[in-house]
Amino acid sequence: MRRRRKMKDWILKSLIWFCSLLTVLFLVWMILYIVSRGLPGINWAFITTPYNLFRNQTGILPMIVGTLLLIVTTLAVAVPIGVAAAIYLTEYARQGRVVRMIRFATESLAGIPSIIYGLFGYIFFKNTLHLGFSVLAGALTLSIMVLPTIVRTTEEALLSVNPSYREGSLALGATRLQTLFKVILPSAIPGIATAVILSMGRVIGETAAVIYTAGSVAKIPAVDRLLTSSVRTLSVHLYMVALEEADFVSAFATATILMIIIALLNLLANRFARKITDRQGMA
Amino acid sequence: MKDVSVISQRKGLSYEKAIESVFFISALLMVLSVVLIFIYIFMEGVPPILKIGLGPFILGTQWTPTYTTPQYGILPMIMASLIGMMGAILVGVPIGIFTAIMLAEIAPRPVTRILKPAIELLAGIPSVVYGFFGLTVIVPFIRVQLKSPTGTGLLAMIIILAIMVIPTIVNITENSLRAVPKEYKEGSLALGASQIETIFKVTLPAAKSGILASVVLGMGRAIGETMAVIMVCGNIPKMPQSLLSTVSPMTATIAKDMSYAGPFHRSALFGIGVVLFVFIILLNLVLNLLVRKASR
Repeated sequence: MRRRRKMKDWILKSLIWFCSLLTVLFLVWMILYIVSRGLPGINWAFITTPYNLFRNQTGILPMIVGTLLLIVTTLAVAVPIGVAAAIYLTEYARQGRVVRMIRFATESLAGIPSIIYGLFGYIFFKNTLHLGFSVLAGALTLSIMVLPTIVRTTEEALLSVNPSYREGSLALGATRLQTLFKVILPSAIPGIATAVILSMGRVIGETAAVIYTAGSVAKIPAVDRLLTSSVRTLSVHLYMVALEEADFVSAFATATILMIIIALLNLLANRFARKITDRQGMA
Repeated sequence: MKDVSVISQRKGLSYEKAIESVFFISALLMVLSVVLIFIYIFMEGVPPILKIGLGPFILGTQWTPTYTTPQYGILPMIMASLIGMMGAILVGVPIGIFTAIMLAEIAPRPVTRILKPAIELLAGIPSVVYGFFGLTVIVPFIRVQLKSPTGTGLLAMIIILAIMVIPTIVNITENSLRAVPKEYKEGSLALGASQIETIFKVTLPAAKSGILASVVLGMGRAIGETMAVIMVCGNIPKMPQSLLSTVSPMTATIAKDMSYAGPFHRSALFGIGVVLFVFIILLNLVLNLLVRKASR
């Protein structure tokens, strides 16, 4: 009996180790495979020249510019709205039907697949609002997509602010709003920064919602038409060169760059997250 | 807290009120977005379904929108989406749950240090990169080892989706395992159960609704995934016959066809969007029930 119990324990424990190992090994395999084939294709010319197949130029500068434009515009729209919504939910809202509705909406937005966002952005922002394939249409679509992330992360950060800060400020005669802007928000900044980084990751990685809203034009937009031009992001570029051009050299190099960016963003997000837990530890 | 704001001057008060309504409106914008998305997808997608007929649309097996007598049957896509989802769950959930047990209950510090960032990275890698990896590694492997003509199809799709749902399963399962009260485990250990027995007979059952929620979320992720799938599924909307059949699930068909579709074809793609949306809404309802159960 005892031996059978031990046997069972041993089998389950090995399964746990095996599955964890499998997950890590898979990631390592994927990274090594893509990076080892991608790195040789990455050089100064690759990231600083335009993309023009007729002139045999396969640089990704327009995609870098396009991705950055999309990130900045999306964050400019989504961060103020998301942070404000999180402030409402944590500082002002009283539990009730309205708050339940807002929470339900946030959860629903998080669950909608990106291709549905793409269809919506296409029909609403591109067609109905006549924005065409443009940075603006793409950024507005992506803004809705990243809102749940921003709201949730900011909410957590606001809730983790030590209540004695708030009480102290209010006791000193500061108004609710002064307390919010001078005490609560500054201490929630690492959390908001995490929200921003997570959103950047989503914008960079998104393809299905971008390709039919921001389009796929591989050109650097003119300075006076930054927001109204169609751009191609790095992810969209990877899709296009891999599936339509079958240019695997560019594809591996682009995939490698995407992996490096995501890894760096993760590192950064972890650093901020550690800051938050450190502070909680002190409190 | 009310009293404090009363003390402040009148002018300050109305200013405070104005800012407060800005916060409120921002929160309402999310509700508005959901409503708009819902309305626009259904407004564009329901009319073509009615024109084709709900029966022929959902149960039709021929998708030939570019023929002179076009047919718009999406059953093969629904089947591909559902089988792909089930397959991904069957493979991904056990791996995810075991990995979550490792993180929540067993892992010594150094293991956590490697495993945790690895899961985060898996969650962050863009789906198009997964698709590209599938296209360059898994598809050729299936083509050579299993002697399938192209290597693309259901199996490749299931493998990629299984990997992609693992982070979702791990994160939520880990959280719900950690939320199980310590007393449960201590009681079980005190009664002479081993650590592993405690995990599988006490902790896992106690975290059941959280784990189920992670499965439902994983299902949503799998059925909604587009770019990874589009690169490995083969993009042929035929009824799947075997695991090696080339298929085209709903998401992939929408994304692929949008680039060249004519007006009615495009509306029909929104019709597929409506069907996909309905699946997602159903999954969300189940999820809500589970979460409510878990919080109780």
